[in-house]
Amino acid sequence: MRLLVIAEHDNNELKPVTLTTLAAAQQIGGEVDLLVAGFNCQIVADAAAVVPAVDKVILADAPVYEHQLAENITQLVLALPGDYSHILAPSTTNGKNLLPRVAALLDVNQLSDTMTVESADTFKRPIYAGNAIATVQSSDAVKVITVRGTAFDAVSAEGGSASIETFSEACDAGLSQFVGEALAESDRPELTAASMVVSGGRGMGNGENFDLLYALADKLGAAVGASRAAVDAGFVPNDMQVGQTGKMVAPELYLAVGISGAIQHLAGMKDSKVIVAINKDEEAPIFQVADYGLVADLFDVVPEMSGKL
Amino acid sequence: MKVLVAVKRVIDYNVKARVKADNTDVDLANVKMALNPFCEIAIEEAVRMKESGIADEVVVVSIGTKQCEEQIRTALALGADRGIRVDADAQMDPLSIAKLLAKVTEKEQPGLVVLGKQAIDSDNNQTGQMLAALMGWPQGTFASEVNVDAGKVNVTREVDGGLQTVALNLPAVVTTDLRLNEPRYASLPNIMKAKRKPLETLSTDDLGVAVTSALTLLKVETPPERQAGIRVSSVDELIDKLKNDAKVL
Repeated sequence: MRLLVIAEHDNNELKPVTLTTLAAAQQIGGEVDLLVAGFNCQIVADAAAVVPAVDKVILADAPVYEHQLAENITQLVLALPGDYSHILAPSTTNGKNLLPRVAALLDVNQLSDTMTVESADTFKRPIYAGNAIATVQSSDAVKVITVRGTAFDAVSAEGGSASIETFSEACDAGLSQFVGEALAESDRPELTAASMVVSGGRGMGNGENFDLLYALADKLGAAVGASRAAVDAGFVPNDMQVGQTGKMVAPELYLAVGISGAIQHLAGMKDSKVIVAINKDEEAPIFQVADYGLVADLFDVVPEMSGKL
Repeated sequence: MKVLVAVKRVIDYNVKARVKADNTDVDLANVKMALNPFCEIAIEEAVRMKESGIADEVVVVSIGTKQCEEQIRTALALGADRGIRVDADAQMDPLSIAKLLAKVTEKEQPGLVVLGKQAIDSDNNQTGQMLAALMGWPQGTFASEVNVDAGKVNVTREVDGGLQTVALNLPAVVTTDLRLNEPRYASLPNIMKAKRKPLETLSTDDLGVAVTSALTLLKVETPPERQAGIRVSSVDELIDKLKNDAKVL
């Protein structure tokens, strides 16, 4: 069997979620090709080549791949010569955008957000906001899979020496163009990779009050997230959303502040190792999943906590 | 320009799904059903396009049993002009759905197809992308802003780390994210009017799609429950527990 894994990167750095996706590939078993598609991204291919779980790096370096446009990368994936049994990508916005397009053109289904590899054709994945876990078997010729990063332990990043093969064809579907991007600048760790996450909900009251959480997060070295309610209310941008329709996180410590604990939020964080809830409503459902609950006004205890850490 | 909106009937987002005792699936008997929240946002966007003169007709399509006509009527009450139901099993995989939608799209020839980014039951997040692939059209997924202008549509997408804007040739497929708009409520007069709007039924045979699936659902389980822990009474106690018991600080 030969597997293709799509690397997550920003033309500069190989993202850690690639390593968890490789862990899923390893559990399936077989030779692993890692596709690094981008522009001026040799440095990413070099980093990928030393990952021991990778047998071969395929580097597709061209301007048409710079912004990961799904239309172009799909053509590229379909043009690769490998006869793949499995195609995997991380369950990031890139992976979710790209792989269903690839799957449809291969006339196969996709397994989304896979969390367990049972065998080469059988996988577990969450449905209904994680309130049920489905075991699904696929008889498709190619298994196309997005992988939930938090469900696998990352493979080692160093010690290997895979070959780098260049794929020079520039596939341009001619359907879409990149116009611009506005990426959040932050020195805090990335939400899905952070070992601690501090999240705020509707109880924060407004966007300015999130400064309290940023201060606490900086004391802890934590990332900052938010519930869908806080995003809906316009307090913070959507890329901070933790939940069924946002990001999945599973840090060592998850601190939920002013979050009631709606089903869809719990879906995104209940695999965290330790959950702390701070809420003034003692009936809030978040307390049912919290290891430590503090019934208190967040505007008192969050600054107090920042001061004492 | 005609806008086609695909919608799905799903469990109401306030209802917690329960797994059947025999672990074959989730129990949907006597459970409140509703329009998928992301599909509501899709309808709202299409209706706003009509109100601003960009779209001249909004057609809503759903694939499922007779019951999903309820959700099509909801969409009509929100401002869609006519409905199509493709009669089929409620449970179909995204590839089959995308193939059926592709046939409806070929028949209707819309300039834009708008869908929710994911349904909150199967949580697949695939159908829009698959439809775009089958049509050979570009896709603007997870949209937080959509602007149609001079044969193109500019879509601002919610991506990890921020926003990305792409320009897509029309026709195109757009899937909606949360912040795209805030859907309206249907007024009583509009609910009454919706009952008289045209609703056509098609069969999978009419569309020439043989529905098969390579996926077998072997088992559905309830995930292990997380146990509630303890209440602490002060910040000092909390910090102490995190340091000495949980050892995460």
